[in-house]
Amino acid sequence: MLELPAMAQEKISLEQVRHVARLARLELAPAEEESLRAEMSEMLGYVDKLNELATDKVAPTAQVGESGTPLREDAVTNHAAAEAMLANAPARDGFFFKVPKIIE
Amino acid sequence: MGSELNRLTISEARERLRRREITSRELTRDCLERIAALEPRLNAFITVCETEAMAQAAEADRRLAQSDAPSLCGIPLGIKDIYCTRGVRTTCASKILGNFTPPFDATVIEKLRAEGAVFVGKANMDEFAMGSSTENSAFGPTRNPHDLERVAGGSSGGSAAAVAADECLASLGTDTGGSIRLPASFCGVVGIKPTYSRVSRYGVVAYASSLDQVGPLARTVRDAAAVLRAVAGADPRDSTCSARPVPDYERALSGEVRGMRIGVPREYFVEGMDGAVEGAVRGALKRLESMGARTVEISLPHTDYAVAAYYLIATAEASANLARYDGVRYGLRAGADNNIELYNRTRAQGFGAEVKRRIMLGTFALSAGYYDAYYLKAQKVRTLIRRDFERAFESCDLVAAPVAPTTAFRLGEKTGDPLKMYLSDIFTISVNLAGLPAMSVPCGADEGALPIGLQLIGPPFGEEAILRAGDAWERAGGFARRAPQL
Repeated sequence: MLELPAMAQEKISLEQVRHVARLARLELAPAEEESLRAEMSEMLGYVDKLNELATDKVAPTAQVGESGTPLREDAVTNHAAAEAMLANAPARDGFFFKVPKIIE
Repeated sequence: MGSELNRLTISEARERLRRREITSRELTRDCLERIAALEPRLNAFITVCETEAMAQAAEADRRLAQSDAPSLCGIPLGIKDIYCTRGVRTTCASKILGNFTPPFDATVIEKLRAEGAVFVGKANMDEFAMGSSTENSAFGPTRNPHDLERVAGGSSGGSAAAVAADECLASLGTDTGGSIRLPASFCGVVGIKPTYSRVSRYGVVAYASSLDQVGPLARTVRDAAAVLRAVAGADPRDSTCSARPVPDYERALSGEVRGMRIGVPREYFVEGMDGAVEGAVRGALKRLESMGARTVEISLPHTDYAVAAYYLIATAEASANLARYDGVRYGLRAGADNNIELYNRTRAQGFGAEVKRRIMLGTFALSAGYYDAYYLKAQKVRTLIRRDFERAFESCDLVAAPVAPTTAFRLGEKTGDPLKMYLSDIFTISVNLAGLPAMSVPCGADEGALPIGLQLIGPPFGEEAILRAGDAWERAGGFARRAPQL
C-alpha cells in the first residue's frame, strides 16, 4: 500500500497513478498520467461522501439476483470451432495464436 | 420514400404483415432507405446490415406466408453493437475490438432470429457502454434527432436515436446505470430496463456484471412489451439468469390503473432541476390520478449516495471484465517485443479516454490497502439503497420519478468534466444498484421541443405493473409522439 498524499485536494499521487496503471496493464503517456491524477482525485474526493454513512453493521451487497446456483447436466454443448475462432486472431501459426517469445 | 412503412409501430406492422397488406421486404427496404438518407447526419449505426437484413426479410416473408408466424416475424430492429452477432462485426464502439466478428450469437439474438426478426444494423453507443451521451464512441457521436446539436443520451444513444428517427421499429440496448432510460428520455421513445436476471447476458459484452441488463427501446409501451417478452427468460448459458416463467407482457396492458398506488420520492425532485421536467412529470402523475391511481409521497433517503457507490462498483467490475482485452486472441494488437509490452501498448492504443479512466479508478478501488475503504464501502451503501426501495414498496406498487434532471444537453457540454457527466445518471443509477425493473416513457417536451421522460420503477419482477401504468398513460393521450423534423 502506497502512502496517500498529504494534500486533501490531491487524493492520489503521480506515483500511485503509475502503480495502478502497471496493475491495469496500461501504458500511459506523461500527459495522461497528469490528467488521470486530476480526474481520479476529483472522483475520489466526490466518493468520500460515502463516509457520511455509518455502515459498520451493514452487510455488503455483491449480487442482487436470485440466490442459489442453478445446475445443469455436465454435457458438452459447444462444438469444435477452431477455425472460426482463429479467424479473429491478430497473428496465428497453424492452429495456434502467435505471440512474442515469452521464455528466453 | 412514398410508403414510409418505417414509421409504423410493431403492433401496426405485424397486423399488416399478417393480413399480407405489406411484406417484410417492403418494410425493411423503407427502413434501409431512411437509414441511407439520415445516417450522414445522425450516426445512429456503426454497421448497417443491408444485405443480411434483406435476406432475413425474404425469409420472414416465406414464414409469414404460412400460418402461425411468431410475433416479431419480419419486424426490422436495431441492435446495440454490444451484442455478439454471428458473422457481423461487433465493435462495442471500441478500437480495441478491431474487426472482431463473433463466431456465435448472443442468446437474445438467437431468440430474435427464431422469432423471425430482421436486423437492420448495429447501433452506435459509448465505448463499452461507458457514458451518458454516446460521445465516447470510437465511431463519432450519435446526434439527437430532435436537435442535431444535442446528444442522444447514452450509452444506448444509437438504439434510441434510430427508433426516434424511424430508422427501425424498435431496438435493443443495455442498461448498467441508465443506459437505456436516459437515451430513451432524451430521444422521446420508450425504454425498459428489466429486473436484474430477467434477460440473459450470454454474448453481451460485459461492463459491470452485477448491474448490466438487456432491454428494448420502442415507440410505444406495447411494442416494448412485445420485444421484452421475446428476449426474456432462462438461459442455461447464463447462470445469473432467472428461471421464472416469462409473462405475456402485452396481456398485462389492461389500460386500468384504478387503485394503483404510485410512490413519489421526494429526493427525486431536487433543486436545480429543469422546471419543464418537473412540470411534465407532475402533469403525468395528475393524469394517472384522475384515472384512479393514488399517489403517495415516499422517501428514498440514500438517493444522494448512489452515484458515488455506482462509480466504485461499476468501475471495479469493469477493470476485471476488461482485463480480457490483451491483443492475443482477437481485435487490435500493437507491435511489441515481449508479452507485457504487447498488453500495455495494445490497451493504450485500443481504449478511449473514458474507458481508461474507469479501468484506472476501478483498479485503484480494488487494489491492496484501498479495497475496504472504497469497494467494500460502496457495496455496503448498495445494501442501504436496496433497503430504501424494499421499504418504499411496502406502501406503494410502483415508484414514479423523472428519468433525468434535464432534457438533452449540447454536444461537448460535459465532455471536459467527467463528474458532471456522471451526475446525468443521478435518477437512474439507484435502480441498477437495487436490481429493479424501470421504464422511461415520454411524458412531455420542454420549450425547445426536446422530449422529457417519466420513469416508472417496479419491485423485482414487477415489469407488468410498470408496463400497465405506462400503457394506460399512453392510451389516455399520454404525450403525442412528435416525429423529429429531419
